[in-house]
Amino acid sequence: MHKRSTVIQGRREEDAVARFTTESRRRALSARRLRRGGLALALMAPAVLAYVVFVIRPIVMTVQYSFYEWNGVTPSTWVGLANYVELFHNPELSGSIVHAFELIIFFSFVPVALGLFTANAIRGFATSRLAVVSRTVLFLPQIIPLVAAGIMWSWQMSTDGLVNQVLRLLGLGRVGRAWLGDFNTALPAVGVIGAWVLFGLCMLLLLAGMTKIDPALYEAARVDGAGPFREFFAITLPSLRQEIVVCLTVTVIAALASFDLVDNATRGGPGNSTLVPGLEIYYLAFFQREVGMASALAVALMVLVLAVVVPLQLINREGKS
Amino acid sequence: MIVSRREEWLGRTLLVLLMLVTVLPFVSLFVTALHQPGTYPSGLSWPATPHWSNFADAFKAAHMGKLLWSSVIIVIGVVPISMLISTLAGFALGHLRPPGGRAVFIGFVLGLTLPFEGIIIPLYYQMRDFGLLNTRWAIILPLIGLYMPFAVFWMRAHFINMPEDISEAARIDGANTWQLFWRIHVPLSMPALSALAILLFLWTWNQFLLAVVLVSDPAQRTMAGALGAFQGQWGTDIPLLCAGSLLILTPTLIIFLVFQRRFVAALLQGSLKG
Repeated sequence: MHKRSTVIQGRREEDAVARFTTESRRRALSARRLRRGGLALALMAPAVLAYVVFVIRPIVMTVQYSFYEWNGVTPSTWVGLANYVELFHNPELSGSIVHAFELIIFFSFVPVALGLFTANAIRGFATSRLAVVSRTVLFLPQIIPLVAAGIMWSWQMSTDGLVNQVLRLLGLGRVGRAWLGDFNTALPAVGVIGAWVLFGLCMLLLLAGMTKIDPALYEAARVDGAGPFREFFAITLPSLRQEIVVCLTVTVIAALASFDLVDNATRGGPGNSTLVPGLEIYYLAFFQREVGMASALAVALMVLVLAVVVPLQLINREGKS
Repeated sequence: MIVSRREEWLGRTLLVLLMLVTVLPFVSLFVTALHQPGTYPSGLSWPATPHWSNFADAFKAAHMGKLLWSSVIIVIGVVPISMLISTLAGFALGHLRPPGGRAVFIGFVLGLTLPFEGIIIPLYYQMRDFGLLNTRWAIILPLIGLYMPFAVFWMRAHFINMPEDISEAARIDGANTWQLFWRIHVPLSMPALSALAILLFLWTWNQFLLAVVLVSDPAQRTMAGALGAFQGQWGTDIPLLCAGSLLILTPTLIIFLVFQRRFVAALLQGSLKG
């Protein structure tokens, strides 16, 4: 009783003090904010400058180039939207975009699906020695340059390479072939390399997400008689929404903007069967000297990436609120 | 957690299998590098006589010493400056929160997903006009700009989560903003800064597109860019190519194995925030 009254009294005093201080504090804050504003601008200036000169300006220039026909040397001519129209009508150009989307299946869906499956299978012993070692091992593909992955795998997938050796060992020697040299298998083969690179990152991200799920949820589910499947779809999957979105975002960008890997594994061949937008931009702009056309494709690529990533992020935000 | 025996064995087997798939290409690369130069060995076969000299030959043929040095210079040019200016901007956006800061922040965020191919063409002409084509500056300067979205985003997220009380206490003790930044915030930001440093180092070292387009001399490129040129030159000599590839991988592998925990943590956090 006695205690409560002092608390109330104390609160009243606090209220009075608070009213007084909020008034003066607000004034002090706004003065400080003005002073801070100038300082903040000065602190941001170098970063903004670097960003504007080396990112924003080039983006604007790419858009500008895309309306011209230009070989990079002689004066350019305005062609309006002709380059964009060409983008849809030229099978080589539109094909490269289709290829990029086909790569998403391998770069994104395979690592995420396989990652979910594996993470779910090993979540029970995520702190064991084997799991700790696997963290390091599965991360190796992430830290090597993609160029190296391309070179390495183009060797593994050659006629006498490791892949065919393993197939022969399994009695499947007949399906063996030069995987990256075959019109039918080159693009999926590049996709497999991408999956190899991105699997570890996805798996570990998903596993980290799974360890954050309250174990009581699983125990409750088991008590209610849920099997592993019900458990996975009712508890694990919904709790991992954020991690899945992150994996998809990272891998989809890797697929759409792939360059290093494809350049070193196949150089777009055989024919144009593995030509992706990144490579096509590079070839058009710096070898065939069609700067305008290359820029139009570059704009299309940037728009495509945003068109895929922005909805993904919106899903993520919905999940949070 | 309740996990049945069978489930655990299934999980272990799967994990070992996946680790094998991850490691075998590296092993194959290593074994192939030991074969006689100029031959076409099959994927995984131990040579009759291992040619350890291939590594020395590849080291010489690729001018590895020069390449290493070039990559180091580029990293030294990119990473400290990027970290400094992004930390300043992140501090301004996350702690000082000036009017208009939100617009600036959104401007940076929009650049987070930008594929480098999207701007490589104007960058080429811009570098040509600056007279920097075929110099390391042509890689260093654009990379600093290209890292800004992520680096500023990263540091802002860090400063925004810093408890306000610490700054209040420092201000009451009479610290001005500059002192607050250097004496309080930077020392407390070491985990975020070291993670950022690891990521920027890795991305710079492995940068390929900018190196290939903007610098034609492999000796002025990053390691990854030089590897591309090495393949063009020695692509027909498989054992030598494998030896060279391994040598080019070695520096990042060593650094990774030394700092592996930080690397994994940095990359996981990095992708979560990005």
